[in-house]
Amino acid sequence: MKPALAEIVNRAQTLFDDLDLKAVHAWKEAEPGRKAIGHMPIYVPRELIHAAGMLPVGIVGGGDRLEIIRGDAYFQSYICHIPRSTIELALSHRLDVLDGMLFPSICDVIRNLSGMWTILFPDRYVRYVDVPQNFDPQAGGTYWRHELEILREDLGRLAQRPITDVALRQSIAIYNENRSAIRELYEARSEQPWFFPTSEVYLMLRAGNVLPPEDHTALLRAYLQQAPLEDDRSDQDQSRIVLVGMFCELPPLGLLLTLERAGCWVVGDDLLLGLRWLLAAVPTAGDPLGNLVDAFLRHSAPTASRYMPEGGRGRWLVESVRRNNAEGVVFCAPSFCDPALLEQPMLIAALDRAGIPHTQFKYSEDTGQFAVIREQAGTFSDSIRLWSQA
Amino acid sequence: MNTSLSKKQTAPEDAQKEPSMLLQKQMIGSHYDALARAHEEGRKVVYTFVPGNLTELIRSFDMLPVLPEINALQSGMRKLSADYIAEAEKHGHSEDVCTYVKCDIGMLKKGNVGPTGKKLPPPDLLLLSYTGCFTFMKWFELLRQEYDCPVAMLHVPYQADGQIHDHHRDYILQQLRTEVIPKFEQVTGRRYDEDRLREMLRLSAQAEDDLVWVLESARNVPSPIDAYFGGVYYIGPMFSAFRGTPEGLEYYRTLRREVEARVRAGLGPITPEGQLGKERYRLVMEGPPNWTSFREFWKMFHEEGAVVVASSYTKVGGLYDRGFRHDPSRPLESLADYCSGCYTNLGLPTRVELLEHYIRHFRADGFMINSVKSCNSFSVGQLLMLRQLEERTGVPGGFIESDLVDPRYFSAANIKNRIESYLQMLEQKRAAKAQA
Repeated sequence: MKPALAEIVNRAQTLFDDLDLKAVHAWKEAEPGRKAIGHMPIYVPRELIHAAGMLPVGIVGGGDRLEIIRGDAYFQSYICHIPRSTIELALSHRLDVLDGMLFPSICDVIRNLSGMWTILFPDRYVRYVDVPQNFDPQAGGTYWRHELEILREDLGRLAQRPITDVALRQSIAIYNENRSAIRELYEARSEQPWFFPTSEVYLMLRAGNVLPPEDHTALLRAYLQQAPLEDDRSDQDQSRIVLVGMFCELPPLGLLLTLERAGCWVVGDDLLLGLRWLLAAVPTAGDPLGNLVDAFLRHSAPTASRYMPEGGRGRWLVESVRRNNAEGVVFCAPSFCDPALLEQPMLIAALDRAGIPHTQFKYSEDTGQFAVIREQAGTFSDSIRLWSQA
Repeated sequence: MNTSLSKKQTAPEDAQKEPSMLLQKQMIGSHYDALARAHEEGRKVVYTFVPGNLTELIRSFDMLPVLPEINALQSGMRKLSADYIAEAEKHGHSEDVCTYVKCDIGMLKKGNVGPTGKKLPPPDLLLLSYTGCFTFMKWFELLRQEYDCPVAMLHVPYQADGQIHDHHRDYILQQLRTEVIPKFEQVTGRRYDEDRLREMLRLSAQAEDDLVWVLESARNVPSPIDAYFGGVYYIGPMFSAFRGTPEGLEYYRTLRREVEARVRAGLGPITPEGQLGKERYRLVMEGPPNWTSFREFWKMFHEEGAVVVASSYTKVGGLYDRGFRHDPSRPLESLADYCSGCYTNLGLPTRVELLEHYIRHFRADGFMINSVKSCNSFSVGQLLMLRQLEERTGVPGGFIESDLVDPRYFSAANIKNRIESYLQMLEQKRAAKAQA
């Protein structure tokens, strides 16, 4: 790897490895009075946090590098892993740097975790961000605007400065840029996945959880520029697959590396969906809060935690496969993940109707053994290549 | 332990039933009969959920409700759920997810024969009341793939801080007016009749008064009711198809008279094995019961003289005991408030406060959590709730794990062992207190 790319990847890796949120500490210490607001996956309007002059920090559990000492005492064995590692992070004071915490409505686990937070940390700002599941402007839109107004007021109070329309428009523009850079990265990976392996793309995305959006955008653009300059990266006889199910509890990096080593180019995924939730640029003119509401109603990413009647998710997945010129789908969901696992039969039915091959397995954020996954993914990849040659 | 107490109880071969139980059985049977004939008779059928159900509104359009959770629990009690779950898993449903969903899907795949042996009609409408449970959303997305019928979606915002905010109520009202009622009108060809709805809500409120009286009767010592194992029968008509009906009203009058008679006689609850002898432990229960071994589960408590004096499960279909009543003077608003206030739609701090209130109000000796694998809405946070309640009340808590309708997760020996150990601990604490 050339030094310029190595520097970018190493920086992202360092941020990824840092469970103590040193980057957030550094950002706060750079200027007195700065505050940071944590949020769980998937979607929160980070523009509001940014417009208050605060740093949005994505919290995605502890991965496979955190020893769970106290977290397991709070959750039964049949509950997914992310809440126990998130509680562990908090009880071990790694999240003390956060001045507040937002819990979006992903599922009942994260919802109830918001209540646990309220009980365990009564002195901190906690809010459950209940996004509308009705996408009609008069019903869901009006409701969502009220919710955003409350959040705007709360965050302004916490930051000790009201969030002005001007500041919010600026933040929207900055996040539009960030989403645009992420989209470019996804398009580049889809075209030439050998230059942009998902194990690296994932690190680049993860950096967006702790960096200010302006810095993250710069990092992404630098990566987009440098990665294709690598001479030893070339197309190989690998299968092109879309990964589904990783939108909340994230896989260990080793799992993504395993998929690549097993012969899969990942050309589509739902990793860190919150960073790219809004699929179109939010207008920067006019009423900024109204624009955020409208963008949520009209341009939200399709995912398991959204109500999507009439087989909408299945159609979207088939379209995603075709748009990315993928050859198969790997369902890779965390154990006990209700949203991902409940919808799997519907998605599988849609793929079967479209004649798209698929395979499935489960993981936990601290999965450490990949031999079985490698074998399964390798067999899947081989079978796709054999079929396509036939 | 405590075999002498068990011997004092009468032990008929068949479960002993109170008159209200027989009446309820008859009502449920009639309802399933009506469902079986519904399409022949030109009546429309709505599938919907217990929390946040709009029974009066559905019935005001002369439609009949089908509640998949009720079907699932009935299948569990009739030992049918294991096969249904296996069928769903055969069709690719994960072993990790809610067994109510899998029981329902499995029942559908095996012909949709209801718990009473009669085929259920397919829905004319799926009314997705997304109240307090994320799984509901995916459940009806799955059912929509099986049935060619419209879906009306009602999103009820979560009460994270335990309060109904005006914009939450407005959101629900807007959905009732622009999504739910128009779909009811479209499916039935009838106009919304608010006067009819008001009349039904008036009946509901009267029945709710009687239900609350029955639940409050557990303050007596001995308690004349078991507010969990018996309680699930008491809430049956209210939480399912009979709110707002004369039959529902009659059921709660009968039930109240029955309980009044037991209070006068100083008697405890009737269990399936007969009249409970001495009340030895008063407990508060959190979490749903196990249905596949319901009678065995109850027996583990009543044979030790343990009576549940209040439970959270009996509030999943509404917190009437905290003052809510359906209100004919504000029909849709009160339906909105009803949906918002269902137990699993309340934030964890509110749930802890409610259980703390129950422990004090009903003078409980202890509380127990039955944590079910299937239900994250209930289960996530229960271990913290346990600690909180012990700290706040000084009353010791117990913790057991099972499932709703998957018999693979009901380990009778383990559960019995835990319950006995817990009650022994209560006994020792009581003895120590008496000596002090």
